Amino acid sequence: MAAGFKTAEPLEYHRSFLKENCRPDGRELGEFRPTTLNISSISTADGSAMVKIGNTTVICGIKAELTTPPSDAPNKGYIVPNVDLPPLCSSRFRAGPPGEQAQAASQFIADVIESSDLINMEELCIEKAKLCWVLYCDIMCLDYDGNLLDACIIVLLAALKNAQLPEVTVNKETDLAEVDIQKKRRLKISRHPVGSSFAVFDDSIIIVDPTAEEESLSTALMTVVTDEEDRLCAVHKPGGTSLSGEKLQHCINRAITRNKEISKLVDKVIGSMKATK
Amino acid sequence: MMELDQSCSVLREYGSEQSLLSRPDGSSTFVQGDTSILAGVYGPAEVKISKEIYDRATVEVLIQPKMGLPSVRERAREQCVRETCEAALQLTLHPRSSLTVILQVVHDDGSLLACCLNAACMALMDAGLPMSLLFCGVTCAISREGQIITDPSAAQEKESQALLTFAIDSVERSVLMSSTSGSFSVHELQQCIAVSQKASEQIFQFYRDSVKRRYSKIQ
Repeated sequence: MAAGFKTAEPLEYHRSFLKENCRPDGRELGEFRPTTLNISSISTADGSAMVKIGNTTVICGIKAELTTPPSDAPNKGYIVPNVDLPPLCSSRFRAGPPGEQAQAASQFIADVIESSDLINMEELCIEKAKLCWVLYCDIMCLDYDGNLLDACIIVLLAALKNAQLPEVTVNKETDLAEVDIQKKRRLKISRHPVGSSFAVFDDSIIIVDPTAEEESLSTALMTVVTDEEDRLCAVHKPGGTSLSGEKLQHCINRAITRNKEISKLVDKVIGSMKATK
Repeated sequence: MMELDQSCSVLREYGSEQSLLSRPDGSSTFVQGDTSILAGVYGPAEVKISKEIYDRATVEVLIQPKMGLPSVRERAREQCVRETCEAALQLTLHPRSSLTVILQVVHDDGSLLACCLNAACMALMDAGLPMSLLFCGVTCAISREGQIITDPSAAQEKESQALLTFAIDSVERSVLMSSTSGSFSVHELQQCIAVSQKASEQIFQFYRDSVKRRYSKIQ
Protein backbone atom coordinates (compact mmCIF):
# COMPACT_ATOMS: atom_id res chain seq x y z
CA MET A 1 0.00 0.00 0.00
CA ALA A 2 2.69 2.44 1.06
CA ALA A 3 4.74 1.56 -2.03
CA GLY A 4 1.76 2.32 -4.28
CA PHE A 5 1.17 5.64 -2.53
CA LYS A 6 4.84 6.53 -2.91
CA THR A 7 4.82 5.84 -6.66
CA ALA A 8 1.52 7.53 -7.42
CA GLU A 9 1.89 10.62 -5.22
CA PRO A 10 5.56 11.03 -4.31
CA LEU A 11 5.16 14.62 -3.12
CA GLU A 12 2.18 13.83 -0.86
CA TYR A 13 4.09 10.81 0.43
CA HIS A 14 7.01 13.03 1.47
CA ARG A 15 4.73 15.70 2.90
CA SER A 16 3.04 13.16 5.17
CA PHE A 17 6.44 12.41 6.69
CA LEU A 18 7.60 16.02 6.88
CA LYS A 19 4.41 16.91 8.75
CA GLU A 20 5.64 14.60 11.53
CA ASN A 21 9.13 16.17 11.42
CA CYS A 22 10.78 13.09 10.00
CA ARG A 23 11.71 11.71 6.58
CA PRO A 24 10.92 8.50 4.70
CA ASP A 25 14.36 7.05 5.51
CA GLY A 26 13.86 7.62 9.24
CA ARG A 27 16.04 10.70 9.54
CA GLU A 28 15.14 13.93 11.28
CA LEU A 29 14.96 17.12 9.17
CA GLY A 30 18.39 18.33 10.25
CA GLU A 31 20.16 14.99 10.17
CA PHE A 32 22.86 13.98 7.68
CA ARG A 33 23.18 10.45 6.40
CA PRO A 34 26.11 8.45 7.79
CA THR A 35 29.30 9.63 6.10
CA THR A 36 32.21 7.27 5.57
CA LEU A 37 35.61 8.10 4.16
CA ASN A 38 38.34 5.93 2.72
CA ILE A 39 41.71 7.21 1.55
CA SER A 40 44.37 5.81 -0.76
CA SER A 41 41.60 3.92 -2.53
CA ILE A 42 43.46 4.04 -5.87
CA SER A 43 47.07 2.90 -5.46
CA THR A 44 48.22 4.16 -8.86
CA ALA A 45 47.07 7.75 -8.26
CA ASP A 46 49.20 10.38 -6.52
CA GLY A 47 46.38 10.89 -4.07
CA SER A 48 42.90 9.46 -3.81
CA ALA A 49 39.87 9.15 -1.59
CA MET A 50 36.39 7.73 -1.64
CA VAL A 51 33.45 9.08 0.30
CA LYS A 52 29.98 7.74 0.92
CA ILE A 53 27.12 9.85 2.18
CA GLY A 54 24.33 7.34 2.58
CA ASN A 55 24.15 5.70 -0.85
CA THR A 56 25.90 8.52 -2.68
CA THR A 57 29.40 7.34 -3.54
CA VAL A 58 32.07 9.59 -4.97
CA ILE A 59 35.68 8.72 -5.72
CA CYS A 60 38.51 11.13 -6.47
CA GLY A 61 41.92 10.48 -7.97
CA ILE A 62 44.67 13.08 -8.22
CA LYS A 63 47.19 13.02 -11.01
CA ALA A 64 50.13 15.39 -10.68
CA GLU A 65 51.95 16.46 -13.81
CA LEU A 66 54.78 18.86 -14.50
CA THR A 67 54.04 21.74 -16.79
CA THR A 68 54.92 25.34 -17.50
CA PRO A 69 53.07 27.89 -15.31
CA PRO A 70 50.33 29.99 -16.91
CA SER A 71 51.73 33.23 -18.31
CA ASP A 72 49.36 35.43 -16.27
CA ALA A 73 50.60 33.87 -12.99
CA PRO A 74 54.18 32.68 -13.59
CA ASN A 75 54.81 31.92 -9.89
CA LYS A 76 51.81 29.65 -9.39
CA GLY A 77 50.80 26.10 -10.14
CA TYR A 78 47.19 25.20 -10.71
CA ILE A 79 44.46 22.66 -10.00
CA VAL A 80 42.04 21.32 -12.60
CA PRO A 81 38.99 19.74 -11.00
CA ASN A 82 36.60 17.70 -13.08
CA VAL A 83 33.34 16.12 -11.96
CA ASP A 84 32.13 13.19 -13.99
CA LEU A 85 28.60 11.83 -13.78
CA PRO A 86 28.75 8.62 -15.83
CA PRO A 87 25.59 6.75 -16.90
CA LEU A 88 26.54 4.11 -14.32
CA CYS A 89 25.61 6.28 -11.36
CA SER A 90 22.00 7.06 -12.21
CA SER A 91 19.44 6.59 -14.98
CA ARG A 92 19.15 10.35 -15.31
CA PHE A 93 22.59 10.66 -16.90
CA ARG A 94 23.32 9.64 -20.48
CA ALA A 95 26.60 8.72 -22.09
CA GLY A 96 28.36 11.36 -24.14
CA PRO A 97 29.69 14.82 -23.38
CA PRO A 98 29.16 16.04 -19.78
CA GLY A 99 25.71 17.40 -19.09
CA GLU A 100 24.78 20.66 -17.43
CA GLN A 101 24.83 19.28 -13.90
CA ALA A 102 28.32 17.80 -14.28
CA GLN A 103 29.67 21.02 -15.79
CA ALA A 104 28.03 23.17 -13.13
CA ALA A 105 29.47 20.90 -10.41
CA SER A 106 32.98 21.14 -11.93
CA GLN A 107 32.73 24.91 -12.01
CA PHE A 108 31.44 24.98 -8.44
CA ILE A 109 34.37 22.87 -7.20
CA ALA A 110 36.82 25.11 -9.09
CA ASP A 111 35.20 28.16 -7.47
CA VAL A 112 35.43 26.59 -4.00
CA ILE A 113 39.14 25.85 -4.49
CA GLU A 114 39.75 29.42 -5.54
CA SER A 115 37.62 31.14 -2.91
CA SER A 116 38.75 29.05 0.04
CA ASP A 117 42.52 29.33 -0.64
CA LEU A 118 42.64 25.60 -0.03
CA ILE A 119 46.25 25.41 -1.19
CA ASN A 120 48.78 28.15 -1.58
CA MET A 121 49.21 27.85 -5.34
CA GLU A 122 52.69 29.35 -5.11
CA GLU A 123 53.82 26.17 -3.38
CA LEU A 124 52.98 24.22 -6.50
CA CYS A 125 55.49 26.28 -8.45
CA ILE A 126 58.96 24.75 -8.75
CA GLU A 127 60.72 27.38 -10.80
CA LYS A 128 59.20 30.67 -11.75
CA ALA A 129 57.86 30.83 -15.31
CA LYS A 130 59.49 27.48 -16.07
CA LEU A 131 58.11 24.58 -14.11
CA CYS A 132 55.15 23.96 -11.88
CA TRP A 133 52.78 21.22 -10.79
CA VAL A 134 49.31 20.83 -12.21
CA LEU A 135 46.97 18.67 -10.16
CA TYR A 136 44.22 16.98 -12.15
CA CYS A 137 41.52 16.10 -9.64
CA ASP A 138 39.10 13.74 -11.33
CA ILE A 139 36.00 13.21 -9.27
CA MET A 140 33.70 10.44 -10.39
CA CYS A 141 30.30 9.62 -9.01
CA LEU A 142 29.70 5.88 -8.68
CA ASP A 143 26.26 6.02 -7.12
CA TYR A 144 24.08 9.11 -7.34
CA ASP A 145 21.63 9.51 -4.49
CA GLY A 146 21.58 13.27 -4.01
CA ASN A 147 23.89 15.73 -2.31
CA LEU A 148 26.63 15.46 -4.92
CA LEU A 149 28.32 18.76 -4.08
CA ASP A 150 28.93 17.97 -0.39
CA ALA A 151 30.41 14.61 -1.31
CA CYS A 152 32.63 16.20 -3.98
CA ILE A 153 34.08 18.76 -1.55
CA ILE A 154 34.83 16.15 1.14
CA VAL A 155 36.40 13.76 -1.35
CA LEU A 156 38.53 16.52 -2.87
CA LEU A 157 39.76 17.67 0.53
CA ALA A 158 40.63 14.14 1.62
CA ALA A 159 42.34 13.28 -1.68
CA LEU A 160 44.45 16.45 -1.56
CA LYS A 161 45.42 15.68 2.04
CA ASN A 162 46.35 12.18 0.95
CA ALA A 163 48.38 13.30 -2.07
CA GLN A 164 52.16 13.04 -2.06
CA LEU A 165 54.37 14.73 -4.60
CA PRO A 166 57.94 13.68 -5.38
CA GLU A 167 60.67 16.23 -4.96
CA VAL A 168 61.71 17.97 -8.17
CA THR A 169 64.83 19.99 -8.75
CA VAL A 170 65.89 21.78 -11.89
CA ASN A 171 69.41 20.99 -12.99
CA LYS A 172 71.17 24.31 -13.61
CA GLU A 173 73.48 22.97 -16.30
CA THR A 174 71.17 20.89 -18.44
CA ASP A 175 68.04 22.91 -17.58
CA LEU A 176 66.15 19.66 -17.16
CA ALA A 177 63.87 18.64 -14.30
CA GLU A 178 65.10 15.84 -12.05
CA VAL A 179 62.47 13.93 -10.15
CA ASP A 180 63.39 12.15 -6.93
CA ILE A 181 60.74 9.45 -6.52
CA GLN A 182 62.16 8.38 -3.16
CA LYS A 183 61.60 11.73 -1.50
CA LYS A 184 57.91 12.45 -1.31
CA ARG A 185 56.19 15.23 0.55
CA ARG A 186 52.61 16.00 1.34
CA LEU A 187 50.77 19.09 0.19
CA LYS A 188 50.18 21.86 2.68
CA ILE A 189 46.44 22.22 2.99
CA SER A 190 45.84 25.55 4.66
CA ARG A 191 42.04 25.60 4.82
CA HIS A 192 39.28 23.06 5.42
CA PRO A 193 36.23 23.95 3.35
CA VAL A 194 33.22 21.72 4.01
CA GLY A 195 29.86 22.03 2.30
CA SER A 196 26.35 21.43 3.56
CA SER A 197 23.43 21.09 1.21
CA PHE A 198 19.84 21.95 1.96
CA ALA A 199 16.59 21.37 0.13
CA VAL A 200 13.50 23.53 0.55
CA PHE A 201 10.12 21.79 0.54
CA ASP A 202 6.91 23.71 -0.10
CA ASP A 203 8.73 27.05 0.21
CA SER A 204 9.15 26.69 3.98
CA ILE A 205 10.45 23.36 5.28
CA ILE A 206 14.22 23.00 5.13
CA ILE A 207 15.85 19.58 5.15
CA VAL A 208 19.57 18.85 5.10
CA ASP A 209 21.44 16.35 2.97
CA PRO A 210 18.63 15.59 0.47
CA THR A 211 18.50 12.25 -1.34
CA ALA A 212 18.07 12.20 -5.14
CA GLU A 213 14.31 11.80 -4.73
CA GLU A 214 14.07 14.67 -2.26
CA GLU A 215 16.16 16.83 -4.58
CA SER A 216 13.82 16.27 -7.51
CA LEU A 217 10.70 16.99 -5.44
CA SER A 218 12.04 20.05 -3.63
CA THR A 219 11.41 23.61 -4.79
CA ALA A 220 14.95 24.88 -4.18
CA LEU A 221 18.43 23.64 -3.35
CA MET A 222 21.23 25.43 -1.58
CA THR A 223 24.82 24.62 -0.69
CA VAL A 224 26.74 26.56 1.96
CA VAL A 225 30.51 26.07 2.18
CA THR A 226 32.30 27.20 5.34
CA ASP A 227 35.90 26.92 6.47
CA GLU A 228 37.32 26.14 9.90
CA GLU A 229 37.29 29.82 10.91
CA ASP A 230 33.53 29.93 10.26
CA ARG A 231 34.00 32.16 7.23
CA LEU A 232 31.79 31.44 4.24
CA CYS A 233 33.50 30.31 1.05
CA ALA A 234 30.36 29.90 -1.01
CA VAL A 235 26.63 30.37 -0.67
CA HIS A 236 25.41 28.65 -3.80
CA LYS A 237 21.72 28.72 -4.49
CA PRO A 238 21.18 28.23 -8.20
CA GLY A 239 17.58 29.42 -8.14
CA GLY A 240 14.28 28.01 -7.01
CA THR A 241 11.95 29.51 -4.44
CA SER A 242 13.11 32.34 -2.22
CA LEU A 243 14.55 32.01 1.26
CA SER A 244 14.17 34.48 4.13
CA GLY A 245 17.06 35.89 6.14
CA GLU A 246 16.37 33.83 9.28
CA LYS A 247 16.15 30.58 7.32
CA LEU A 248 19.47 31.41 5.69
CA GLN A 249 21.04 32.07 9.10
CA HIS A 250 19.70 28.73 10.33
CA CYS A 251 21.31 26.96 7.36
CA ILE A 252 24.64 28.72 7.96
CA ASN A 253 24.64 27.65 11.62
CA ARG A 254 24.00 24.06 10.61
CA ALA A 255 26.82 24.30 8.03
CA ILE A 256 29.24 25.48 10.72
CA THR A 257 28.53 22.48 12.98
CA ARG A 258 28.75 20.17 9.97
CA ASN A 259 32.20 21.59 9.19
CA LYS A 260 33.45 20.54 12.66
CA GLU A 261 32.06 17.01 12.24
CA ILE A 262 33.63 16.50 8.82
CA SER A 263 36.97 18.10 9.73
CA LYS A 264 37.18 15.67 12.64
CA LEU A 265 36.36 12.75 10.34
CA VAL A 266 38.96 13.76 7.73
CA ASP A 267 41.68 14.32 10.36
CA LYS A 268 40.89 10.98 12.00
CA VAL A 269 41.09 9.06 8.72
CA ILE A 270 44.28 10.82 7.59
CA GLY A 271 45.75 10.25 11.07
CA SER A 272 44.93 6.54 11.06
CA MET A 273 46.73 6.19 7.74
CA LYS A 274 49.90 7.72 9.18
CA ALA A 275 49.67 5.51 12.27
CA THR A 276 49.57 2.27 10.28
CA LYS A 277 52.64 3.20 8.23
CA MET B 1 32.86 48.43 9.67
CA MET B 2 30.96 50.24 7.00
CA GLU B 3 27.41 51.43 7.31
CA LEU B 4 24.53 50.73 5.02
CA ASP B 5 23.94 54.38 4.18
CA GLN B 6 27.44 55.03 2.92
CA SER B 7 27.21 52.45 0.21
CA CYS B 8 23.61 53.54 -0.32
CA SER B 9 23.13 51.10 -3.21
CA VAL B 10 24.81 53.11 -5.92
CA LEU B 11 24.21 51.42 -9.21
CA ARG B 12 25.95 52.40 -12.38
CA GLU B 13 23.77 54.00 -15.02
CA TYR B 14 21.41 51.45 -16.41
CA GLY B 15 18.97 51.30 -19.23
CA SER B 16 16.94 48.91 -21.31
CA GLU B 17 15.08 48.57 -24.56
CA GLN B 18 12.36 46.01 -25.29
CA SER B 19 11.01 44.44 -28.53
CA LEU B 20 14.02 45.39 -30.58
CA LEU B 21 14.26 42.09 -32.48
CA SER B 22 11.52 40.95 -34.83
CA ARG B 23 11.91 37.16 -34.76
CA PRO B 24 11.85 36.26 -31.06
CA ASP B 25 8.57 36.33 -29.10
CA GLY B 26 10.20 38.68 -26.64
CA SER B 27 13.49 40.54 -26.66
CA SER B 28 15.37 43.13 -24.69
CA THR B 29 18.74 44.69 -24.08
CA PHE B 30 19.93 45.60 -20.64
CA VAL B 31 22.87 47.91 -20.10
CA GLN B 32 24.56 48.48 -16.73
CA GLY B 33 27.52 50.82 -17.08
CA ASP B 34 29.54 49.28 -19.90
CA THR B 35 28.10 45.78 -19.41
CA SER B 36 25.50 45.03 -22.04
CA ILE B 37 23.36 41.96 -22.72
CA LEU B 38 20.98 41.25 -25.57
CA ALA B 39 18.21 38.78 -24.74
CA GLY B 40 15.67 36.91 -26.82
CA VAL B 41 12.86 34.60 -25.71
CA TYR B 42 11.22 31.97 -27.91
CA GLY B 43 8.19 30.15 -26.66
CA PRO B 44 5.98 28.49 -25.75
CA ALA B 45 7.03 26.31 -28.68
CA GLU B 46 7.38 22.67 -29.54
CA VAL B 47 9.80 20.73 -27.37
CA LYS B 48 12.17 17.89 -28.18
CA ILE B 49 10.64 14.58 -27.04
CA SER B 50 13.65 13.78 -24.86
CA LYS B 51 13.29 17.08 -22.97
CA GLU B 52 9.50 17.04 -22.67
CA ILE B 53 8.03 17.34 -19.16
CA TYR B 54 4.42 16.17 -18.96
CA ASP B 55 3.10 18.74 -16.47
CA ARG B 56 5.08 21.88 -17.24
CA ALA B 57 7.18 23.73 -19.80
CA THR B 58 10.87 23.00 -20.27
CA VAL B 59 13.06 26.08 -19.82
CA GLU B 60 16.35 26.36 -21.63
CA VAL B 61 18.79 29.20 -21.14
CA LEU B 62 21.72 29.78 -23.48
CA ILE B 63 24.44 32.29 -22.72
CA GLN B 64 26.57 33.20 -25.69
CA PRO B 65 29.88 34.79 -24.79
CA LYS B 66 31.22 37.75 -26.75
CA MET B 67 34.03 35.64 -28.18
CA GLY B 68 34.48 31.92 -28.65
CA LEU B 69 32.26 29.05 -27.65
CA PRO B 70 30.33 28.80 -24.36
CA SER B 71 32.53 27.17 -21.69
CA VAL B 72 31.92 25.55 -18.32
CA ARG B 73 31.63 28.99 -16.70
CA GLU B 74 28.75 29.87 -19.01
CA ARG B 75 27.07 26.54 -18.19
CA ALA B 76 27.17 27.37 -14.47
CA ARG B 77 25.67 30.81 -15.18
CA GLU B 78 23.02 29.26 -17.41
CA GLN B 79 21.99 26.97 -14.57
CA CYS B 80 21.60 29.94 -12.21
CA VAL B 81 19.53 31.97 -14.69
CA ARG B 82 17.42 28.98 -15.72
CA GLU B 83 16.45 27.97 -12.21
CA THR B 84 15.63 31.59 -11.34
CA CYS B 85 13.38 31.85 -14.41
CA GLU B 86 11.73 28.54 -13.50
CA ALA B 87 10.88 29.93 -10.07
CA ALA B 88 9.36 33.09 -11.55
CA LEU B 89 7.43 31.64 -14.50
CA GLN B 90 4.13 29.81 -14.17
CA LEU B 91 5.32 26.81 -16.13
CA THR B 92 2.35 24.56 -15.42
CA LEU B 93 0.25 26.73 -17.75
CA HIS B 94 2.26 25.47 -20.74
CA PRO B 95 2.80 21.74 -20.29
CA ARG B 96 4.83 19.83 -22.90
CA SER B 97 6.30 22.96 -24.48
CA SER B 98 9.62 24.71 -24.51
CA LEU B 99 10.71 28.18 -23.47
CA THR B 100 14.12 29.23 -24.68
CA VAL B 101 15.96 32.28 -23.37
CA ILE B 102 19.03 33.32 -25.32
CA LEU B 103 21.40 35.79 -23.73
CA GLN B 104 24.08 37.28 -25.96
CA VAL B 105 26.90 39.05 -24.13
CA VAL B 106 27.53 42.27 -26.02
CA HIS B 107 30.10 43.65 -23.61
CA ASP B 108 31.34 42.46 -20.23
CA ASP B 109 32.48 45.07 -17.74
CA GLY B 110 31.60 43.36 -14.48
CA SER B 111 28.31 42.26 -12.84
CA LEU B 112 27.64 40.04 -15.84
CA LEU B 113 25.36 37.53 -14.11
CA ALA B 114 23.23 40.31 -12.60
CA CYS B 115 22.91 41.93 -16.01
CA CYS B 116 21.94 38.56 -17.56
CA LEU B 117 19.17 38.18 -14.98
CA ASN B 118 17.83 41.67 -15.62
CA ALA B 119 17.90 41.22 -19.39
CA ALA B 120 16.18 37.82 -19.07
CA CYS B 121 13.42 39.27 -16.88
CA MET B 122 12.82 42.17 -19.28
CA ALA B 123 12.66 39.75 -22.25
CA LEU B 124 10.23 37.44 -20.42
CA MET B 125 8.03 40.44 -19.64
CA ASP B 126 8.19 41.49 -23.29
CA ALA B 127 7.16 38.00 -24.41
CA GLY B 128 4.11 38.31 -22.16
CA LEU B 129 4.66 35.01 -20.42
CA PRO B 130 2.68 34.43 -17.22
CA MET B 131 4.90 35.02 -14.19
CA SER B 132 4.13 34.84 -10.50
CA LEU B 133 6.84 37.35 -9.63
CA LEU B 134 9.56 39.45 -11.21
CA PHE B 135 13.23 39.16 -10.37
CA CYS B 136 16.32 41.28 -10.70
CA GLY B 137 20.02 40.65 -10.26
CA VAL B 138 22.36 42.66 -8.05
CA THR B 139 26.09 42.09 -7.69
CA CYS B 140 28.00 43.23 -4.59
CA ALA B 141 31.76 43.26 -4.29
CA ILE B 142 33.47 43.36 -0.90
CA SER B 143 36.69 45.35 -1.27
CA ARG B 144 39.84 44.50 0.66
CA GLU B 145 39.00 47.28 3.13
CA GLY B 146 35.66 45.63 3.83
CA GLN B 147 33.58 48.15 1.91
CA ILE B 148 30.59 46.91 -0.06
CA ILE B 149 30.40 48.11 -3.66
CA THR B 150 27.17 47.45 -5.54
CA ASP B 151 27.23 46.80 -9.26
CA PRO B 152 31.04 46.71 -9.57
CA SER B 153 32.91 47.16 -12.84
CA ALA B 154 35.37 44.52 -14.04
CA ALA B 155 38.30 46.43 -12.49
CA GLN B 156 36.52 46.65 -9.12
CA GLU B 157 35.66 42.94 -9.31
CA LYS B 158 39.32 42.11 -9.78
CA GLU B 159 40.34 44.20 -6.78
CA SER B 160 37.69 42.73 -4.48
CA GLN B 161 38.16 39.94 -1.96
CA ALA B 162 34.66 38.54 -2.46
CA LEU B 163 31.95 38.85 -5.07
CA LEU B 164 28.30 38.03 -4.39
CA THR B 165 25.46 38.00 -6.90
CA PHE B 166 21.85 37.71 -5.79
CA ALA B 167 18.55 37.45 -7.59
CA ILE B 168 15.90 39.29 -5.58
CA ASP B 169 12.18 38.64 -6.03
CA SER B 170 9.71 41.48 -6.39
CA VAL B 171 7.12 40.20 -3.92
CA GLU B 172 8.93 39.55 -0.65
CA ARG B 173 12.31 41.03 -1.65
CA SER B 174 13.92 37.78 -0.62
CA VAL B 175 16.82 35.92 -2.18
CA LEU B 176 15.92 33.67 -5.13
CA MET B 177 19.43 32.89 -6.29
CA SER B 178 22.83 33.40 -4.80
CA SER B 179 26.21 32.82 -6.37
CA THR B 180 29.40 33.82 -4.62
CA SER B 181 33.15 33.74 -4.96
CA GLY B 182 35.80 34.56 -2.40
CA SER B 183 35.44 34.19 1.35
CA PHE B 184 33.41 36.45 3.61
CA SER B 185 31.85 36.45 7.07
CA VAL B 186 28.21 35.79 7.92
CA HIS B 187 27.83 39.44 8.90
CA GLU B 188 29.12 40.59 5.51
CA LEU B 189 26.72 38.23 3.76
CA GLN B 190 23.73 39.64 5.63
CA GLN B 191 24.90 43.19 4.87
CA CYS B 192 25.28 42.41 1.18
CA ILE B 193 21.78 40.92 1.09
CA ALA B 194 20.38 44.05 2.75
CA VAL B 195 22.23 46.31 0.29
CA SER B 196 21.02 44.22 -2.66
CA GLN B 197 17.44 44.34 -1.44
CA LYS B 198 17.68 48.10 -1.27
CA ALA B 199 19.21 48.31 -4.74
CA SER B 200 16.52 46.00 -6.12
CA GLU B 201 13.86 48.61 -5.26
CA GLN B 202 15.45 50.93 -7.83
CA ILE B 203 15.50 48.25 -10.52
CA PHE B 204 11.92 47.17 -9.87
CA GLN B 205 10.84 50.80 -10.06
CA PHE B 206 12.69 51.00 -13.38
CA TYR B 207 10.83 47.89 -14.63
CA ARG B 208 7.56 49.46 -13.59
CA ASP B 209 8.31 52.80 -15.27
CA SER B 210 9.47 51.22 -18.51
CA VAL B 211 6.38 49.03 -18.75
CA LYS B 212 4.15 51.99 -17.95
CA ARG B 213 5.84 54.11 -20.59
CA ARG B 214 5.49 51.40 -23.16
CA TYR B 215 1.83 50.65 -22.67
CA SER B 216 0.75 54.27 -22.24
CA LYS B 217 1.77 54.85 -25.88
CA ILE B 218 -0.48 52.11 -27.25
CA GLN B 219 -4.08 52.57 -26.05
